[in-house]
Amino acid sequence: MSTSFDARRPPQREVLDDCVHCGFCLPTCPTYAVTGTETESPRGRIYLMDLAAQGTIGVDEAFGEHIDSCLGCLACVTACPSGVQYDRLIESVRPQVERNVTRSRADRLFRGLVFALFPYPNRLRVAALGGLVYQRSGLRALVRRLGLLDRLPARLRALESLLPPVTVRALLARTPERTRPPGAARLRVGLLAGCAQRVFFGDVNAATVRVLAAEGCDVLVPRDVQCCGALSVHAGREDEGLARARATIEMFERYRLDVVVANVAGCGSTLKEYGALLADDPAWAERAAAFSATVRDVTELLAELTPQAPRHPVAARVAYHDACHLANAQRVREQPRAVLRAIPGLQLQDVAEAELCCGSAGIYNLVQPVTAEELGQRKAANLEAVAPDVVVTANAGCLLQIRRFLDAGIPVLHPVQLVDASIRGCDPV
Amino acid sequence: MDRVALQAELVAALGADAVLTDPVSLRAYECDGLTGYRVVPACVVLPRDTAQVAAAVRVCARNGVPFVARGAGTGLSGGALPVADGVVISLQRLRAVVSVDPVNRRAVVEPGVTNLDISRAVAAHGLYFAPDPSSQQVCTIGGNVAENSGGAHCLKYGFTVHHIHEIEVVLPDGTVTTLGGPAPHQGGYDLLGAFIGSEGTLGIVTRITVKLLPRPAAVQTLVADFPSVEQAGDTVTAIVAAGIVPAAVEMMDALAIEAVEAAVSAGYSRDTAAALIVELDGPPAEVTAQFAEVERLCHEHGTTKVHVAPTPEARAAVWKGRKAAFAAVGRISPNYFVQDGVVPRTRLAEALTRIGELADEAGLRVANVFHAGDGNLHPLVLYSEARGEHERAEHLSSSIAELCVDLGGSLSGEHGIGTDKACSMPRQYDDADLATMTLLRRAFDPDDVCNPGKLLPTPRLCGERPGPHRPHPLEAAGLIERI
Repeated sequence: MSTSFDARRPPQREVLDDCVHCGFCLPTCPTYAVTGTETESPRGRIYLMDLAAQGTIGVDEAFGEHIDSCLGCLACVTACPSGVQYDRLIESVRPQVERNVTRSRADRLFRGLVFALFPYPNRLRVAALGGLVYQRSGLRALVRRLGLLDRLPARLRALESLLPPVTVRALLARTPERTRPPGAARLRVGLLAGCAQRVFFGDVNAATVRVLAAEGCDVLVPRDVQCCGALSVHAGREDEGLARARATIEMFERYRLDVVVANVAGCGSTLKEYGALLADDPAWAERAAAFSATVRDVTELLAELTPQAPRHPVAARVAYHDACHLANAQRVREQPRAVLRAIPGLQLQDVAEAELCCGSAGIYNLVQPVTAEELGQRKAANLEAVAPDVVVTANAGCLLQIRRFLDAGIPVLHPVQLVDASIRGCDPV
Repeated sequence: MDRVALQAELVAALGADAVLTDPVSLRAYECDGLTGYRVVPACVVLPRDTAQVAAAVRVCARNGVPFVARGAGTGLSGGALPVADGVVISLQRLRAVVSVDPVNRRAVVEPGVTNLDISRAVAAHGLYFAPDPSSQQVCTIGGNVAENSGGAHCLKYGFTVHHIHEIEVVLPDGTVTTLGGPAPHQGGYDLLGAFIGSEGTLGIVTRITVKLLPRPAAVQTLVADFPSVEQAGDTVTAIVAAGIVPAAVEMMDALAIEAVEAAVSAGYSRDTAAALIVELDGPPAEVTAQFAEVERLCHEHGTTKVHVAPTPEARAAVWKGRKAAFAAVGRISPNYFVQDGVVPRTRLAEALTRIGELADEAGLRVANVFHAGDGNLHPLVLYSEARGEHERAEHLSSSIAELCVDLGGSLSGEHGIGTDKACSMPRQYDDADLATMTLLRRAFDPDDVCNPGKLLPTPRLCGERPGPHRPHPLEAAGLIERI
């Protein structure tokens, strides 16, 4: 029997065979929680990949639909007792779908727009300024009052409502290229400023730099670094993603760093994967592996460093949301909690359905707005149930998504912003 | 009936978003947890409430189309295997915990709620749902009712049938009715008892009133290593003979431990021939006294190490390892069969020795994971499809089931008869027994539309060779395809 996949990195037979169809992944899968259909579950998707690998079904629209619907949250990888590497499977199948399934014109245009905008901070800044005018000028209020929003396609509606409240000053602020610690440097670290992160969450980057410097790090923030490729890799745009990976490695290598820090879970997980992604490229395999070995999430690094800056109390009930690409992809669960617990006066709350994705998932909430909305509302309800003063999460996408659905009175921050407030002794909000 | 007309009728009854008809989606439903048997259904429906389940069943009944209810699809006997040209009715959209009554210790739930989610929903009241199949985080209460599921703790607490007050069911003609009732004894025929464990052959359960238990005041768990599975087996007999009723007594042999440690690093000793897990629960004074006695008995029977779980987290790790065992075997073998037989507890050691001999004769490995307290064995026959071992493995697996019957036990402890063991039923029951069961079944389902082909032997099924999925010769030759 011939396979329906093309010859370029099809899913590996031995990885497919690891699945014993036990179904332990089902309750952790967000799309299964929403739809209840087998094809929207990891077990069902692996089954279809297996059938396609055997050539029994084609790699066509009917197949691609179930691959596209996967958020890539990887909660199933955490839950699987058989050790199925679903992360490897979905990452090899997405490019297959991208190459072999013809998308509708509207879908192609929308995806093209997303990928022509988000990875480019300068373009995004201009778009965000436009958005700012739209928000401030009363145009947004008018559009909403006239019910025009309801007439927009769901995807554009999602794009409109994800726009965070930004200020002109925040949009134009730049993180300094080098920030020295007050005393002797313990480590020389580089921070990935991110693309969308840099535009929408400059304050998180600023807090990250302050905290790392206060903890004795010499912090370097490469200026002209572009998107790290996470969005492309997670969407199956393989060549684009790999080109960005090579450029990012090259950029950071110039700085001769001990540690490369990410404060966006989705970016951090891709930086850590560069080694695996470029393993087949003889010119880059070694460099990529060496680079990946130096990458840490900021909470991971803070948990490793013995604190030297004194912490002031932050009296707040805090709900911590596990970003999927931190908890499942990077397996970093305890470190952010430990870092938060080290803040005097802070009460950390457990949240129901903590393992369930918030629906952000890279560009998922833009391309699959209906499922994303249901998950966002479910996540917001679970978070609100513990009556938090603040919700924190370590990923830009989650911050935007949760902000959209959460009660407007509850601020949503990155954990490092609470650490920053504690070190500076100021109100985090 | 014409497939397109059937699909149209179901769409008219339930709405398009509740009916799956595209060939790719249907393929994902062709098997349950037992992948050896595969049949593609004509369509899959996902009703949202009892009325929609009844509507779907009425469409099937009216047209004489067979239907199969499906929960999470974790069953290991092929009970949710579709019928060709039939309808699969998935209960995965009936997931509400309808109400909790902590004072009377009961809860009303829909069939798609997972076993563990019932306990989670009532945890705040200090209550839980006792039956705990190893797949409890996935498997649904509807499936538990259909299979009369047990679990590690049914040694002390009984099976699902002991924990259900009342069920609402859709009968095979589409009638909605209620079996059982709020009072412990209802009088008349025990139709609730007949329905629970009927493997989806008498109707579809759509709402369940479950009994809840208060969390025990004290729980103590130990893992004892033994130099042989026989010594561990004898220890179980000694514990029960001493008048102790443990909450659970489980055993794993070296191979099973190897798999579990590879999967979850639960802290089992990798260098022991067998490990016995004993859990006691109840009032603290009783637990303390009996726990000391259990430890003494373990030593008397030659344990090499007793590890007492010091914290609830450590206990959870022990159970996580045990409950992940089946799936974890995927780490040490490309393919395996899970057997599910019962032997009298006093013959455990003998059964294990015989299984070892049978495995040696077949030249295959068997990992043993089981509920030792009630003699429910789950030998896992490891084999490689790629090395062409499946026929030998299949033969070994059925020899083990037959061995259980020969030792005075039963074909199935808790996984059900389903498709897998229907043909073996005559080994355990004579013609008169089977005829009586058929009478009961026909009283509920005179037209044979409700999960036909399961549980009782049928000539058609038994004419085929049981075992793992093999493509039909014409399929292999590329002349036909399975859609």
